[in-house]
Amino acid sequence: MLSYILRRALYGVLILIGVNLFTFVLFFTVNTPDDMARLNIGGKRVTQEAIEKWKVERGYDKPLLYNARDDGLRALSNTIFFERSVQLFALRFGASDSGRDIGYEIRQRIGPSLAVALPTFALGVMATVCAALLMVFFRATYLDFWGVTLAVVMMSISSLFYIIVGQWTFSTLLRLVPISGFAGGWDLFKFLALPVVIGVVARLGYDALLYRTMFLEESGKDYVRTARAKGLSEQAVLFRHVLRNAALPILTSTVAVLPLLFLGSLIMESFFGIPGLGSYTIDAINAQDFAVVRAMVFLGSALYIVGLVLTDISYTVADPRIRLA
Amino acid sequence: MRAPVPNGRFAAAVAVLALTAACSEVGNSPYASGAERSNTFFTAFQERSPKYLDPTSSYSNDETPYTYQIYEPLYGYHFLKRPYALVPRAAEAVALPRYYDADGKELPASAPGGTIAHSVYDIRVRKGIRFAPHPAFARDSAGNPAYHSMRREDVADKYRIDDFRQNGTRELTAHDYVYAIRRLATPRIKSPSFSLISEYIVGLKEYGERIVEVDRQLRKGLSPTDRDLPMLDFRQHAFAGAEALDEHTLRIRIKGKYPQFKYWLAMTFFAPVPWEADKFYAQPGMAEKNLSLNYWPIGTGPFMLVEYEENRQHVLARNPNFRGEPYPCEGEARDRAEGLLEDCGKNTPFVERVVFSVEKETIPLKTKFFQGYYDSPVVERLDVGTEYLVEMTDSKDKLAEYRRKGVRLPSTIEANNWYVGFNMLDPVVGWGKTPDERARNRKLRQALSLAIDWEEYIQIFEQGQGMAAQGPLPPGLFGYRDDGPAAFNPIVYRTLDGRSERRPIEEAKKLLAEAGYPEGRDAKSGQPLVLNFDYQRALTPAIRPRMAWYQKQFAKVGVQLEIRATDYNRFQDKMNKGTIQIYFWGWLADYPDAENFLFLLYGPNAKALTNGNGENNSNYQNAEFDRRFELMKFEDDGPVKARLIDEMIAIAQHDAVWSFGYFPTSAAAFHQWVYNGKPTQIIRNHIQYLRVDPQLRAQKVAEWNRPLWWPVWLIALALAAALLPALRAYRRRERENAARTLAGSAAPAGAAD
Repeated sequence: MLSYILRRALYGVLILIGVNLFTFVLFFTVNTPDDMARLNIGGKRVTQEAIEKWKVERGYDKPLLYNARDDGLRALSNTIFFERSVQLFALRFGASDSGRDIGYEIRQRIGPSLAVALPTFALGVMATVCAALLMVFFRATYLDFWGVTLAVVMMSISSLFYIIVGQWTFSTLLRLVPISGFAGGWDLFKFLALPVVIGVVARLGYDALLYRTMFLEESGKDYVRTARAKGLSEQAVLFRHVLRNAALPILTSTVAVLPLLFLGSLIMESFFGIPGLGSYTIDAINAQDFAVVRAMVFLGSALYIVGLVLTDISYTVADPRIRLA
Repeated sequence: MRAPVPNGRFAAAVAVLALTAACSEVGNSPYASGAERSNTFFTAFQERSPKYLDPTSSYSNDETPYTYQIYEPLYGYHFLKRPYALVPRAAEAVALPRYYDADGKELPASAPGGTIAHSVYDIRVRKGIRFAPHPAFARDSAGNPAYHSMRREDVADKYRIDDFRQNGTRELTAHDYVYAIRRLATPRIKSPSFSLISEYIVGLKEYGERIVEVDRQLRKGLSPTDRDLPMLDFRQHAFAGAEALDEHTLRIRIKGKYPQFKYWLAMTFFAPVPWEADKFYAQPGMAEKNLSLNYWPIGTGPFMLVEYEENRQHVLARNPNFRGEPYPCEGEARDRAEGLLEDCGKNTPFVERVVFSVEKETIPLKTKFFQGYYDSPVVERLDVGTEYLVEMTDSKDKLAEYRRKGVRLPSTIEANNWYVGFNMLDPVVGWGKTPDERARNRKLRQALSLAIDWEEYIQIFEQGQGMAAQGPLPPGLFGYRDDGPAAFNPIVYRTLDGRSERRPIEEAKKLLAEAGYPEGRDAKSGQPLVLNFDYQRALTPAIRPRMAWYQKQFAKVGVQLEIRATDYNRFQDKMNKGTIQIYFWGWLADYPDAENFLFLLYGPNAKALTNGNGENNSNYQNAEFDRRFELMKFEDDGPVKARLIDEMIAIAQHDAVWSFGYFPTSAAAFHQWVYNGKPTQIIRNHIQYLRVDPQLRAQKVAEWNRPLWWPVWLIALALAAALLPALRAYRRRERENAARTLAGSAAPAGAAD
C-alpha cells in the first residue's frame, strides 16, 4: 500500500503543477498585472508610476512564463509563474497582493469554515442515510412514493433559493436566527443553525435518491434474501447487512469531499457572512488578488488529491477484499 | 439500530438551541446578547474592508468613516451650517494667509493673484491634544521607547495591535504636521495627493526627488520585493515649504495664491503623523503581519481603531485621551425644527463604540436595518438612504412600514454630479481642426445634449430623486445662483411664460442638419451617423435598460448609438488613452468650492494629455475658459469670482462639452433612536455628533423581533404525524409471519432484476 500511496503522491505533484499552470494562464488571460495594480491601488488619481511601482514591489514586472532577457534556466525561473508557484509546494503562501499574510489568513479562517462545513457534512450524511433507509424500509408504500417525489422536488431547487427562502422565513418572518453574521462562543450556535440546516436540506434530495438507489440495489441481492429467509427482522437486514454493503459507494462520495471541507463553502459563507476560506476566495476573485486565488486553488487541488487517496485507503478498510497495489 | 442515536443527539442539540434562543428576548440578533443596550453605534460596510487607513494614502469614500474619526486634520467643516463653512479642528483658528511678492515683500490681501509669489499660512495648533493610546508611544521603566528596537522574533506572535501589552501617548505638536507633509513625498506607499499638492507647496516637488534618492540609498542591497525596509525618517530631511516655528505653530508656504488650499487642510492628507508610527511599523517582521499605519492608525481624533478583522468587522472605540468637542449651537434655519440643535454645547463624541460589520448582499443589509440591528445602513454613503426613499414613495405598504418604524431619511442635493461627456480629441464629436469643422462639431454636441432628456432619466432610473443639471456646478456652492448661468443652460432650455423648459427636439434636428448630418446621416456620404458610447460597467440586466434608453435618446434625432460596455479597469484605460468618443462619468467633490468642479474642464488637466493624471476627462481645451479659470482660482469668494464662474459656465454650455446630466438626491437613513443625523458627503467626521438612545433601541428591537416558535413546532408535529401511519405499517409488517414478509418483499426485488 505504501508504494501505491507514494505513486499517487507523485502523480499528485504533477497534477498540482498542471492545475497551477492552468490557473495561471486562465487568470492572466483575463487580467493583466496593470489591471491588478489599478484595482489594488484603488481610489482617485492612480498614476502609471504608481502602477509600475506596485508591480515591481510584488514581482509582477517580470514576464509571465518565459524571460527572453535571461539565459538557460533563468529564462524560466525569473518569471512570475516560477516565482509565484514554486513556494506553494513548500506551503509558503507568501503575502496577498494587498500585502496580507496569506498563511495567517488561512489559519484564521479555517476555523469558521470548518464550523459550518463539518456539521453540515456530518448531519447531511446522517440525514441523507436516514432518509434513504426510511424510503427503502417503507418501499412500495405511500411514504416511499412521497419521499421520492419530495426528493425530486428538492433536488430541482437551486441552493440559492433555499438560502433566500431560509433567511426570509427563519430570520425575517419567524425571527429565530440572525440573517447573517458570525461570532464565537455560545453565539456560534445561533449563527450556524440556519446555514447548517440549509446546507443539509439543499443536498438532501439529490443524495437521498442516490443512496436509496444504492440501498435498493443491495437489498435485491441474494445475501439479503438469505438474511430474510433465516428470519431476521427488516431492521436487522437493513442496518446490519444492506447498510454495511452499500457503504462502499457512500464512502466514495463522502471521503473524497472530506478534505475539501477545510476550504469552506463559497456560496454559504458569502450569503451568511461567515469569515471562512470560501468567502476569502470569493473576495480575492473580486479583488483580482492573484496571490490569494492561486494559493486557494493550490490548496483546493492538494486537498482534493488527498481526498482521492483517502477514498482509496478507505476502500481497503471498508472492504477487506480490496487491496491497493 | 445505530441511526436513531445521533438523531436523538441532534434533536437534543436543536432543543437546546431552541431553548437558548427562547430564553433571550430576541433570537435573530447578529451581535452578542444585550449589545443593543450598549452605547454603541451599529452600521455596516459593503464589499470589503477599507484599503488604506494611512492618512497619506487614504483617498476613498469607504475609508473616511474610520480615517476622519481617528485622525484630526487642522480644519474641518461646521457640522450643521450650509453652505459648508470651514472651522478649526486641531488648529486654534482658520488661518488667513499672508502674501509676498517675488522679492519677499509682503502684499495686502487685496493684491492681484498674479503678483503674489508666495502665500504663507501660520497655523497655531491647539495645546493639550494627546494621541490615542498606542504601543508606538509606550515607554519602559527607564523612560525609553518600549517597542522601538524589536527583532523579528519579538514580533513573531504579534498580529494585532493589542498583542502589544504596553501603550503610551504624548502631546500633539506642529512637528507631527510637518512630518505628515514631508511624508506626502514618500515613494514607499501610495500618495495620491502628492502630484497635485507638490505643485503648490514650495519645494515639495524637489523634496520628493530628494526623498526618492534617500529611499534608494536605504534600499541598497535589498530586493525590490523586500518588505522589511529601514525607517525612512522624515525628521532627518527638511524642506522650506513646511516647518514648525515652535511646538505649536506650523508654517506652510504656498506658491502664488491658492485660496482652495484651506480645504486641503481639512483632509486627512494633512492629518498629523507621529514619527514614532514610522519607527514602530518599520521594524522587521511588522509588514508581513500587516502591522502598519494602513491597518492600525494612530491619531488624536475622537475614536481609535480597536478591532480590524478584514472583510468582517471593524470597531472604533472612544479615544480616552480625546479632549471632547462641544456640539454646535447654530446651523441652518430648519435645523432647530428638526431637533438638530438640542444637543447644543454638549461634549462629543456621544457614543462609546462604533461597530462596522460587513454586508456584501443588499438583502441582509436591509433586513438587519429594518430589524433594528443597524442604526444606519452604511453611514458614509447616501445612496442606500436614497433607495429607501424611492421605495417609500413607490409603495404605500413600504411607506406605512417606514412610518411605523420611525425611519428617518433626511435628504439633500450634494456636491456630486453624473454627466455624459464628449471626448474633444475625437474627430467626430470633438473639437475639430478647421473653424468650419469646429462649428459643425459643436452643433452636433449641442444637438445631442438637447436630445438627452435628463428629466426623463431621473424619473425612470432615479425615481425622481435628482435634479437635471444646467451646468457643471451643483447648487449649494459659491457661484451657483438661481438667476445665473449655473441654473439655466440656454442651449438646451428656453424660457416660456416665465418657466424654463427643454427646447423641442426639432431644434436638435435642425442643429444636427447644420452640423452636416440631416436626419442622422452624413450629408456627403449618406451613411448613418453611428456614435460609440463607452460605459464603465459590464452589460448586466440592471444596466441594459439604461443603455437602451441612451440609444432611444440618440435615435430621437436619427443617430445610432453603439454601446461599448466594459469593466471599470478597461474603461479607465481607454479614458487615459483618450480613445473613447462619448462616455458617462461622475464627480464627487473633494471640497465645497466651484474650482473643484470647474477644474474638470481646465485644459492642462486633460486626462489623455497628462497620461491619465488629470481629471478633465473630455480633454476639453478652450483658451478663454482656461484664462478665466486661472484668474478665478486666485480669487476669494466675491463678485469677481462669481462673474468669472458665470462666464466659464456659459462657455462650457456653448461648447456643449458635456451633456450636463444630473445632480442626484442623497439621503441618509437613521432609526428613530439616532439623533443629529444630517446628510452630508463633505463632512466626514460626523459620527462624533451622532447620539444614540440605547434604551429606546433595545425596546424597539425587542418589539420588532419577538421570535415566533409555534410554526416550528407545527412543522415538527406535521412531520411526526406523517410518520405515524408509516410506523403503524412497520409494526404491522413486523407482526406478519416470515413467509408473507418474504413474499411481499421478493416482488419488487424480482422486478428490479
